[in-house]
Amino acid sequence: MLAFTIRRIFEAAIVMLTVALMAFVLFRFVGDPVNQMVGQDTTLAEREELRERLGLNDPVIVQFGRFIWNAARYDFGISYQVKRPVTSLIAERFPATFELAVTAALFAVLLGIPMGVYTGIHRDSWLSKLFLSVSLIGISLPTFLIGILLIYVFAVQLGVLPSFGRGEVIRIGGWTTGFLTASGLKALILPAITLGLFQMTLVTRLVRSQMLEVLRTDYIKFARARGLSDRAVNFGHALKNTLIPVITIIGLQLGAIIAFAIITETVFQWPGMGLMFIQAVQNADIPVMSAYLMLVAFLFVLINLIVDLLYVWIDPRVRIYGREA
Amino acid sequence: MTETPALSVRNLRVEFPTRRGTLAAVDDVSFDIAPGEVLGIVGESGAGKSLTGTAIIGLLEPPGRVAGGEIRLNGQRIDNLSREAMRPIRGKRIGMVFQDPLTSLNPLYRVGEQIIETIRTHLPMTEREARARAIELLIEVGIQGAERRIDSYPHEFSGGMRQRVVLALALCAEPELIIADEPTTALDVSIQAQIIQLLKRLCRERGTAVMLITHDMGVIAETANRVAVMYAGRIAEIGPVREVIQSAHHPYTRGLMGAIPSIEGTGDRLTQIPGSMPRLTAIPKGCAFNPRCPHAFDRCRVERPDLMPVDHSLAACWLVAPVSAEPPR
Ligand SMILES: Nc1ncnc2c1ncn2[C@@H]1O[C@H](COP(=O)(O)OP(=O)(O)O)[C@@H](O)[C@H]1O
Ligand code: SF4
Ligand SMILES: [Mg+2]
Repeated sequence: MLAFTIRRIFEAAIVMLTVALMAFVLFRFVGDPVNQMVGQDTTLAEREELRERLGLNDPVIVQFGRFIWNAARYDFGISYQVKRPVTSLIAERFPATFELAVTAALFAVLLGIPMGVYTGIHRDSWLSKLFLSVSLIGISLPTFLIGILLIYVFAVQLGVLPSFGRGEVIRIGGWTTGFLTASGLKALILPAITLGLFQMTLVTRLVRSQMLEVLRTDYIKFARARGLSDRAVNFGHALKNTLIPVITIIGLQLGAIIAFAIITETVFQWPGMGLMFIQAVQNADIPVMSAYLMLVAFLFVLINLIVDLLYVWIDPRVRIYGREA
Repeated sequence: MTETPALSVRNLRVEFPTRRGTLAAVDDVSFDIAPGEVLGIVGESGAGKSLTGTAIIGLLEPPGRVAGGEIRLNGQRIDNLSREAMRPIRGKRIGMVFQDPLTSLNPLYRVGEQIIETIRTHLPMTEREARARAIELLIEVGIQGAERRIDSYPHEFSGGMRQRVVLALALCAEPELIIADEPTTALDVSIQAQIIQLLKRLCRERGTAVMLITHDMGVIAETANRVAVMYAGRIAEIGPVREVIQSAHHPYTRGLMGAIPSIEGTGDRLTQIPGSMPRLTAIPKGCAFNPRCPHAFDRCRVERPDLMPVDHSLAACWLVAPVSAEPPR
């Protein structure tokens, strides 16, 4: 178990190094950041002085080493655009994205799993067919279109929910939260549905197909032959056996939710990291872009690691394998 | 026999509606099992043995359904019970053992959890009492170090040990009837006899009736009191085990007996009967066995024989029809 964990952590570190290299290479060579930072009338000498100060004249390998070293200490330098430390920009933006992603994920899981279980158990009921048809829409419509449709219906036509922003937020230490005010919660609804709809659909369909498969197994038939209640059979025995692939997908999708928040945040002008990234791209603000990339990669890797450890916790067979490995 | 049978099946019919009409996978099957008696059910694969067992315990998968007949458990009719009324009977009054012990247990739960769950579903016991009983059961089915092993997962047991656990599960609420569907087919030959002996002993001690489905005549010869031979959804012959094995009345049964593996272990199963059992969609007119029967005559091809008494058995074959019976038309 310990060896298993250590090996996974080691693998995660390698992945992060690779991403760092890519972030570094990609952005170091997309253009001269100095041009973005200075005005038309800056002299060559001034430009050169700025290059020197930013370390852009050092050998590439030194620059990369410095990038890694700084990133490991959670230091991504100064934003070219707003001239403030990138990490403090992220600290400002992170709560908005985090709360949106968590709400979207909860929406996807808390609705997706019961719908998947229901449609798996009651294969032929009309409600199942309704769920599945609706979920087809969730899978096939692009995110921005769903967002715009929701805005049109609930903000423009009905006027019951806000179409942009976070609403009123409360500051707690370095964190700003929209969970504690009515307007903050209302502002979360449309973006969270937009962001989570695809994942909810995915979870529903995955749980359904897993349930169908598990319900055919001998141990489910045997559980019924033992006289267990439908609830014990469906939820105690069947659902638990569907959880391994479901957790994998949910884990991976959590990363996707954070990554795809870019689109939703743009549609809803949600003041999160995605919107920050889009603005950084427009301004070729390289430190912000590479910091965002590194952070998203880190979240992916972290989630993967947690998913792997969850397996071990759920499935005793992996536990044995993990011990031997 | 004046005693109420533990299980009484009368004219059971199981149907599958299909696009090309309704198939009768079990057709007009009747038999009794007395308390403490072991009835063997034999027949080739597809004969309807498992469906008969599944129908009795009320677990037919739709669209399969019981289309006729009666099933009584110690006199109480159970074939017309609702789902909710049938559930407390499963596991409590009827225990079931399936073919493959490797897949019968949920891999994610400790065996103790599964036994305790079943006990507490059916008996008013606390967790602690149920656990004590589970350990007793595991000891009884011959699990070494049961106090420790109760907290193991299924994959930590060998196939034979898992089937012992499955037996413990089937017996945990002291059922009146055990339906064992090929309980040893998936096991190593060296372990098969042990499991069968165990099943036999446990049921004899408790007076549990056993419906033992198998296509292994050797198992039947050692274990059963009576045997029913099934062919294409119907009973071809039913009678005391010795009589059926030594002097079968039905040509199909004789063919099966020829297929008992000899002591040298060379006999291939069922190869003595040429041809194969008809599919449900193509059951021949008259006696379903007639295309394969070495004794078939004209009447066999037009008129279906019902079970007729002969010695201590019943056989569905025109050869055993009393000479005085109505002549072929
Ligand atoms: N869901 C189903 N639909 C149609 N026919 C079925 C279905 N399940 C079983 N059957 C048919 O019922 C017959 C008896 O099956 P079964 O009782 O499993 O035989 P066995 O004697 O080998 O246990 C088989 O011929 C099979 O084709
Ligand atoms: S009835 Fe005829 S065909 Fe059928 S088993 Fe008897 S002799 Fe053979
Ligand atoms: Mg079978």
